[in-house]
Amino acid sequence: MPQSAEKVLDHAPLFREPEYREMLAKKKALFENMPADDVVQKTADWTKSWEYREKNFAREALTVNPAKACQPLGAVFVAAGFEKTMSFVHGSQGCVAYYRSHLSRHFKEPCSAVSSSMTEDAAVFGGLNNMIDGLANTYALYDPKMIAVSTTCMAEVIGDDLQSFIQNAKNKGSVPQDFDVPFAHTPAFVGSHVTGYDNMLKGILEHFWKGQECNPGTSINIVPGFDGFAVGNNRELKRMLDLMGVDYTILSDVADQFDTPSDGEYRMYDGGTTIDAAKAALNAKATLSMQEYCSIKSLEYAASLGQETASFHYPMGIAGTDEFLMKVSEISGKEVPEELTKERGRLIDAMADSQAYLHGKTYAIFGDPDFVYAMARFILETGGEPKHCLATNGNKAWEAQMAELFASSPYGAGCKAWGGKDLWHLRSLMATEPVDLMIGSSYAKYLERDLDTPLIRLSFPIFDRHHHHRFPVWGYQGGLRVLVTLLDKIFDKLDSETIEAGVTDYSYDLTR
Amino acid sequence: MSLDYENDSEFHARLIEEVLEAYPDKSRKRRAKHLSVAKTVEGEEAAEPLTECDVKSNIKSVPGVMTIRGCAYAGSKGVVWGPVKDMVHISHGPVGCGQYSWSQRRNYYIGKTGVDTFVTMQFTSDFQEKDIVFGGDKKLEKIIDEIDELFPLAKGTSIQSECPIGLIGDDIEAVARKKNKETGKTIVPVRCEGFRGVSQSLGHHIANDAIRDWVFDKKDVEFEAGPYDVNVIGDYNIGGDAWASRILLEEMGLRVVGNWSGDATLAEMERAPKAKLNLIHCYRSMNYICRHMEEKYNIPWIEYNFFGPSQIAASLRAIAAQFDETIKENAEKVIAKYQPLVDAVIAKYRPRLEGKSVMLYVGGLRPRHVITAYEDLGMQIAGTGYEFAHGDDYKRTGHYVKDGTLIYDDVTGYELEKFIENIRPDLVGSGIKEKYPVQKMGIPFRQMHSWDYSGPYHGYDGFAIFARDMDLAINNPVWGLFKAPWTKAA
Repeated sequence: MPQSAEKVLDHAPLFREPEYREMLAKKKALFENMPADDVVQKTADWTKSWEYREKNFAREALTVNPAKACQPLGAVFVAAGFEKTMSFVHGSQGCVAYYRSHLSRHFKEPCSAVSSSMTEDAAVFGGLNNMIDGLANTYALYDPKMIAVSTTCMAEVIGDDLQSFIQNAKNKGSVPQDFDVPFAHTPAFVGSHVTGYDNMLKGILEHFWKGQECNPGTSINIVPGFDGFAVGNNRELKRMLDLMGVDYTILSDVADQFDTPSDGEYRMYDGGTTIDAAKAALNAKATLSMQEYCSIKSLEYAASLGQETASFHYPMGIAGTDEFLMKVSEISGKEVPEELTKERGRLIDAMADSQAYLHGKTYAIFGDPDFVYAMARFILETGGEPKHCLATNGNKAWEAQMAELFASSPYGAGCKAWGGKDLWHLRSLMATEPVDLMIGSSYAKYLERDLDTPLIRLSFPIFDRHHHHRFPVWGYQGGLRVLVTLLDKIFDKLDSETIEAGVTDYSYDLTR
Repeated sequence: MSLDYENDSEFHARLIEEVLEAYPDKSRKRRAKHLSVAKTVEGEEAAEPLTECDVKSNIKSVPGVMTIRGCAYAGSKGVVWGPVKDMVHISHGPVGCGQYSWSQRRNYYIGKTGVDTFVTMQFTSDFQEKDIVFGGDKKLEKIIDEIDELFPLAKGTSIQSECPIGLIGDDIEAVARKKNKETGKTIVPVRCEGFRGVSQSLGHHIANDAIRDWVFDKKDVEFEAGPYDVNVIGDYNIGGDAWASRILLEEMGLRVVGNWSGDATLAEMERAPKAKLNLIHCYRSMNYICRHMEEKYNIPWIEYNFFGPSQIAASLRAIAAQFDETIKENAEKVIAKYQPLVDAVIAKYRPRLEGKSVMLYVGGLRPRHVITAYEDLGMQIAGTGYEFAHGDDYKRTGHYVKDGTLIYDDVTGYELEKFIENIRPDLVGSGIKEKYPVQKMGIPFRQMHSWDYSGPYHGYDGFAIFARDMDLAINNPVWGLFKAPWTKAA
């Protein structure tokens, strides 16, 4: 009997015990009708071949292990960055349970959102009554300052009209007439979570800005975009802007919402862009976006009102951060301070110290388009080669931007960007053209196992490692953290490959 | 070993009044029917059940209240079909549903993922606008062809419908029939669109019906049946639960010829009608197929409970009672064999957990099934409730809960927070959405859907882990660090 009270074995060791191994072998032999081991092995080998890769890339209809989510997730995320704002997702209720779970699993934090809980009758008659009752309940129970309405695909397919539904609900007294209920249609069958972020943000900005004149002042709006590292990154962003002495407004700041303290009080809402600041942001000099693909429509809207706009690709590493700071400096007229210049020097110092271990390393990188761009750019700066760059929600324009990036560096030769592909495609790429390291989200742990390629977790979602998101990856300070993360993985791998006593007592070096 | 305790009925009744005050009139009336306090049944029938849990259930959630429930797709793909390991399960529709449910149920299995097994993968038709406008049947056909080409060892495919499928009028049944003819493989269309029904529950039912209609009696099943053949139904092998159960059933001489659906193969499902007895753990999600097998194939079924030594022993005896003397004797041997482990676990953990109060809010069977396991450790249940129960679940709950226990059906975020805040139990067992708010309040928490990434909790081996986990949750020093020493007492 393997189990004991003294040393309790849970699943990981328990099922490795002989009693369980024997039981499972018997189950397989007698009851499962699984294919023979040699057939399985032959097939497994075949799935890693060039022949399989070609068949895999010939797929036209099936998606396997995509690295993207649907629009309303982005809408819920961006709404969480506004003061005391409750997301209200109009449509089926299961979706909302999924968004909340997904974000909680990544941030290890509460995530609140409500559903209008539409069912079969609403599919036939429309969800107006669900909106009327739902808004009244949310307003009464959760004391929000704003309710941000988005949609699941069910409501989109039946064509519910949010604008008129919300007005109807207000007329029925669900919420006061002047209560802020911005909305956005966020069909799951268009784009991805980054599109939903953009749509909901634009919905919120339009709600506050519509019909008003923009009188550009000196302040700068900054849109962070959908970001698993938002907690650390937004704080780093604010620190850099404060050092520069810039007057700014973050448009959707989830840093505090997804990082509330444990002190005995559960805060359903914490921090965020205030409603007043969101209103006042109309009169900014410029709106900048940290992630182009999270803000295309929002920036177009800001530009249409007369604001300057510019967007970046997730400013990380040297040139990415340089570019961002210079733009902020140009718009604000403030110099980049000595402190940040020193930080830049420190990051470069670290890169120089470690360059021997980074130079020539090859990578597979996947994630949202802006992240992949930034990561590839930083890898190029270390002398690494980002060979396979993949964004399931990346398009042709992104592929072209990536191609331009590769062309800008000798280390970019032989690198390729794959828009619209999934992690099963990536498996074929890595099986046929192996790389040293892989950078992405927790989902790639299955690729790590299949292809024996170490995974570095730097994109959303990270479910199986804790608290990474509390530290920034943006800016020079963030770059330092990314650098250390890469190096730790490289050194750990080096050690694990040379750790066999009596075999590799050499190469297992104390100083590296 | 069960405990004798009562909860404070008056206090709990007052709490219900208080939380209802926050609602607008219409919703207050609707929610009032779902909240109650368990009452001892007086009179002659008093022995069975112990209490009455008089709440309405399986009714539409009130909009805008933050229900914790999921949908029919979650009930079918997430619960019933997803764990069947040698089939590909397509999340048919837009990308999100499959993405959010990818690898989240911890249905353990043995296999070479991506080659002969596919549980921890996300197959989706990733619907685009044109699929909504022109329909997705052509795309679905192509998807099944591509699966056949790229995953040749897959034994079949299930089509898990997401919301749009039923709204745009796709005929997935026709596609399934056509592709079954062409490939000879099992293709199962499941109409589990998320808007159907009021919770996960209808998804379970639809998934059960799909097994009946698209799996049973479709092939000649070659299998030599034996006198001790049983199916384990409604064990999803979360964290290895089904394995920790199977080992006991085999030790008592039974042959588990099918496990539904954790670590299951299609063959195990196809052969089920040849078994002598169905043992059902999660009654809520799979009673439908048991009733069908009883009617059509004359297979009896019994419910059992493998949480905690009291229930395990009672269940082993009840199961054995369906068989001959040998099996009955074996059951006693199994119980005796594990008794020292049980004694040691209780000796170690009960002193650390004695008298601690617990509030539960889960789905399926757990809001009642785990109660005795806590009581075996000297703990007390202050409140419990289900996401998607029916009346028969609450009736069964009466066998478990004590007088005065707070009962909440389809609880809202607001209600649960207020209940917990006022009762301040020593432990809350619920889901990922509830975990962090509760912990922020300084109250220990265990996820009771996923076993908080631990498990198994079933069987004797699982009970030791369960006890360890409840102890580490409650007695961790972090809960004593919340208050900064310089803050003034409130």
